[in-house]
Amino acid sequence: MDPSRRAPRSAIDPVPKFRQVGFFTPGAPPERSQSGPPDPTHSTPVSDVSQSANSLSPVMIPPPRHLSDNLVIHARPTLASPLRADSLAGGGVSSFGDFFPAPMSPATPASSSYSSRMAAGEGSFFERHGGGGDKGNNAGKVASSFPRGGFDLTAMKKVSGIGGGGGGGSGVGVPASELTTVSVVNDSLAIHEKEKANRGGGSAVEVKDQSTGSKQQKPKTTKAERRALQESQRAAKAAAKAEGNKASGAATSVNAKPAKAAKPTPKVDNAAVAASEKKGGDCPPEKDRKKDVPQPRMQYDDKSRVEKAKRRAVVKQTEARNRVELFRHLPQYEHGSQLPDLESKFFHLDPVHPAVYKVGLQYLSGDICGANARCIAMFQAFQEAIKDYRVPPEKTLVRDLTAKIGSYVSFLNECRPISISMGNAIRFLKSRIAKLPLTLSESEAKVSLQSDIERFISEKIVLANKVIVKHAVTKIRDGDVLLTYGSSSAVEMILLHAHELGKQFRVVVVDSRPKLRGQLLLRRLLEKGLSCEYTHINAVSYIMHEVTRVFLGASSVLSNGTVFSRVGTACVAMVAHAFRVPVIVCCEAYKFHERVQLDSICSNELGDPDIISNVRGREDVKYLDGWANVENLQLLNLIYDATPSDYVSMIVTDYGMVPPTSVPVIVREYGREQVWI
Amino acid sequence: MDFQVVVLAGGVSKKLLPLVSKEIPNALLPVANRPVISYVLELLELSNLKDLIVVVEGEDAALNVGGWISAAYADRLHVEVAAVPEDVGTAGAIRAIAHHLTAKDILVVSGDLVSDVPLGAVAATHRRHDAVVTAMLCSAPVSGPSESGSSGGKDKTKKPGRYNLIGLDPTQQFLLHIATGAEVEKDLRVQKSILRAAGEIEIRADLMDAHLYAFKRSILQEVLDQKGTFHSLKHDVLPYLVRSQLKSEALLNGVAQVEENGTEKIIAQSNQQMLSQILANASERTFHQRYALSPNGTSFRKTHKCCVYIAGSNRYCARLNSIQAYSDINRDVIGEANHLSGYSFSAQNNIIHPSAELGAKTTVGPHCMLGEGSQMGDKCSVKRSVIGRHCRIGANVKVVNSIVMNHVTIGDGCSIQGSVICSNVQLQERAVLKDCQVGAGFVVAAGSECKGEVLAKK
Repeated sequence: MDPSRRAPRSAIDPVPKFRQVGFFTPGAPPERSQSGPPDPTHSTPVSDVSQSANSLSPVMIPPPRHLSDNLVIHARPTLASPLRADSLAGGGVSSFGDFFPAPMSPATPASSSYSSRMAAGEGSFFERHGGGGDKGNNAGKVASSFPRGGFDLTAMKKVSGIGGGGGGGSGVGVPASELTTVSVVNDSLAIHEKEKANRGGGSAVEVKDQSTGSKQQKPKTTKAERRALQESQRAAKAAAKAEGNKASGAATSVNAKPAKAAKPTPKVDNAAVAASEKKGGDCPPEKDRKKDVPQPRMQYDDKSRVEKAKRRAVVKQTEARNRVELFRHLPQYEHGSQLPDLESKFFHLDPVHPAVYKVGLQYLSGDICGANARCIAMFQAFQEAIKDYRVPPEKTLVRDLTAKIGSYVSFLNECRPISISMGNAIRFLKSRIAKLPLTLSESEAKVSLQSDIERFISEKIVLANKVIVKHAVTKIRDGDVLLTYGSSSAVEMILLHAHELGKQFRVVVVDSRPKLRGQLLLRRLLEKGLSCEYTHINAVSYIMHEVTRVFLGASSVLSNGTVFSRVGTACVAMVAHAFRVPVIVCCEAYKFHERVQLDSICSNELGDPDIISNVRGREDVKYLDGWANVENLQLLNLIYDATPSDYVSMIVTDYGMVPPTSVPVIVREYGREQVWI
Repeated sequence: MDFQVVVLAGGVSKKLLPLVSKEIPNALLPVANRPVISYVLELLELSNLKDLIVVVEGEDAALNVGGWISAAYADRLHVEVAAVPEDVGTAGAIRAIAHHLTAKDILVVSGDLVSDVPLGAVAATHRRHDAVVTAMLCSAPVSGPSESGSSGGKDKTKKPGRYNLIGLDPTQQFLLHIATGAEVEKDLRVQKSILRAAGEIEIRADLMDAHLYAFKRSILQEVLDQKGTFHSLKHDVLPYLVRSQLKSEALLNGVAQVEENGTEKIIAQSNQQMLSQILANASERTFHQRYALSPNGTSFRKTHKCCVYIAGSNRYCARLNSIQAYSDINRDVIGEANHLSGYSFSAQNNIIHPSAELGAKTTVGPHCMLGEGSQMGDKCSVKRSVIGRHCRIGANVKVVNSIVMNHVTIGDGCSIQGSVICSNVQLQERAVLKDCQVGAGFVVAAGSECKGEVLAKK
């Protein structure tokens, strides 16, 4: 998260931010405590100072123009987390030194507020304002030498600024006393910290300046300053990207510091901070989202557009005849002709990477199905593709690779329409590509993307599944009769895990034609020695009497709580609801989508209608042979359906067990993080 | 797409004597007045495969083949010709050029294949299943003159030849058993383990191995290295791979690598396991996967997949590996499968080069071909035959079901049926040939009558 980029917005409207911040105040203390620990001895003084500081702050608010100008760059990196401080030792001390000025401030009416931001290990920012004009002047140089932490340059700038330097100078010797002042500052700012912490980043921002101060400072920015600001923001952006890649906070902090330090006017800083706090990460993601908003889906009953799309298509798509009227807007092709045609073009498709091509074939032939498997297969193919990717001359990686991935995706989409979860995954990958810092070399960028993909798979799918299993197992008691429908990887793992734990329960596997995926699940469960019952969906109302829990998988969960899943799920859930059996849906959070859908008509997928007209294993039964030529017959092979949230008792995700009404919260709170990861 | 193509053009096959010689090796034998290898090259070009390695047995043959290819395909294909010693077999040929092979998969095509099967489909099947080897099967050719032949093959019993015995799984995707060559005549032995794993096995005798394989390079090279005695891909390597598919002998490098990666971290390993499980559960397991998990589900057995691609019945596919096949293919290329020849047929369904001269009352029937600059006397009749370039044919000559190559002189009143006459042959007056092969440069004396003989210079 880079506050820098939000800066302008904050400047526009600082007050509301503060309010929001205020709302969070209660949370602030914990952060402070963190900063406190390094020097427990000073704790008492801290409290005193804090009070004083609070009282002081209004006084300090109006910083004299000249000072700020001189100081141009006030931002000083401070170490937010004690650990950080400890590790840096000298550096940490220096940071405390910054605060020296605070006590001094009363003495010097013209105290310039400078804000230093720190991205600590947790990625927290502290903004501190210390006003120590005198000290700053004197000790500035010393301070410059001080910040060894890796922010020397930034420090230098600050030095020119005020008291920070001074603090540094004295800091080593008398850090403890000074520290107290720091804490005070923190108090006022604690609110911000807290908020940041809440956001999950554990970052804290302290804003000392008040709106009045910021206002005054605004007009002063000179052209040079503005340029500096711009540059600093750019740097911050780059740094932030780097942060994203590196989990370790230390690295981040180092990166982030310079950016902040570079900021010329305190007011801007404050404003920026405020903005960042207030809106949090919400604003930028919102923007991204706007970009990502899928174009209106292609309506396949619009003939002219279908023609155009066909011309572009790699996979030969013959429109099926006799489509059901209600679903004409969905693509439906004659499946028989697609595979051989695509196969024969094997060597003609140069732009498609072999790994991607293979996955496409597997989608088309049905070798891979299931949301997780498709997503994993796709990402693994992309990983291969990225590994073999070379940036063509005179192109930039970010743009070219994005286009490349786009073309792969459209190829896969032709093989089989991509699911919502895959859409989320693709969005993640594209945002990672877009956020690659320009400074990264080609090989570094590729490595970073590959590890991003790796992490997505392991965190969002594998780990998520483990967490889901852990949660859901608690809902299985001895003597339970569990019903599941189709074959969901999450549900399967839950059942197996519960069995390993020695719980005594029975499983009812409900299945439906034409895929009969339940049989696969059944076979695997039986191999592990679970006691099972197997039935088709026709008998679900009969079997539901004895069932105590229904576990269902999902292809996607929409933000109104609607569960989008294999066709038939809605029916099972409805029956369960009627019998007052709790319905538990197991779904990884990466499958959540902010879309709202009320029916299963407007967005769905049509399968091969021939499959439902044939009887598996009985090639001789062909009552519907040549149905395509019968004018008054239409076959419908729907893939998904939408289960209204009313029928769902609980959704188990990697963020815990939530009611369907809480889905929007997860989408809002973690959807963003998903993009950022 | 990470495929390399190797065309095994062979050398001078004994089976095709006296038609072939050092000057005209197998690959250059004309089929409808085009060397047979051009059919393969065209097929490859059509599939957008333009980097080829052509392996020829024998230096002289290699020179000839290379010369012809460079002249004909100068700007169209990037072909490298490699000469290998004679009698190294197909496996030996691959061994000899092994160091040039770098791609992930290799497509091995026999140079005597005449087919219109989309190669991409074979490759795609190979990739889709991640197979070790994918073989293309086609329906076994019906040997003997075609049904339409009124005079020729009426009395002959037309039964499809038994080329291979092939065992397939119920989905017809995997190769479970293959018997080639002499084994075909022996008793059929099916491995119990494979039968048990697959549950069902379908044995077919009406399919032929077209000698078009996609191999995983690493595996192929490993097998060739380990089994020094293997001589032929078709008779040794393929059956070996099929036999050992359920007890793969450390052949799968891929799997080994995965394990190595996994050992770095236990967590990573368990994640990896879970991942592969999710993927594996996504589809119906093939019997390979089922078998790989031994009953208790703990230990993994190594397996590899041998896939097949069965060409559709509407595709033409034949191999020129016998004299019979040679005349069959010639007939088909200007007959049923005439889209292969690349010529445009006239309204009479035949091809007569504009520079050819026909005498009075001479008839050239459908499914015939008359090459550039050939002259025919009066009252001749040509049916279902190919006549090469610059031939001089006298009056009253009957050519039926035959192939006459270039620069052949045929005297008046000759009758040729079901024969192959090579270049520069001279047939003196009133010679009668039936089902004969006449070697290059041979002179058939006037008035001689031959039936089912091989005439060649000693």
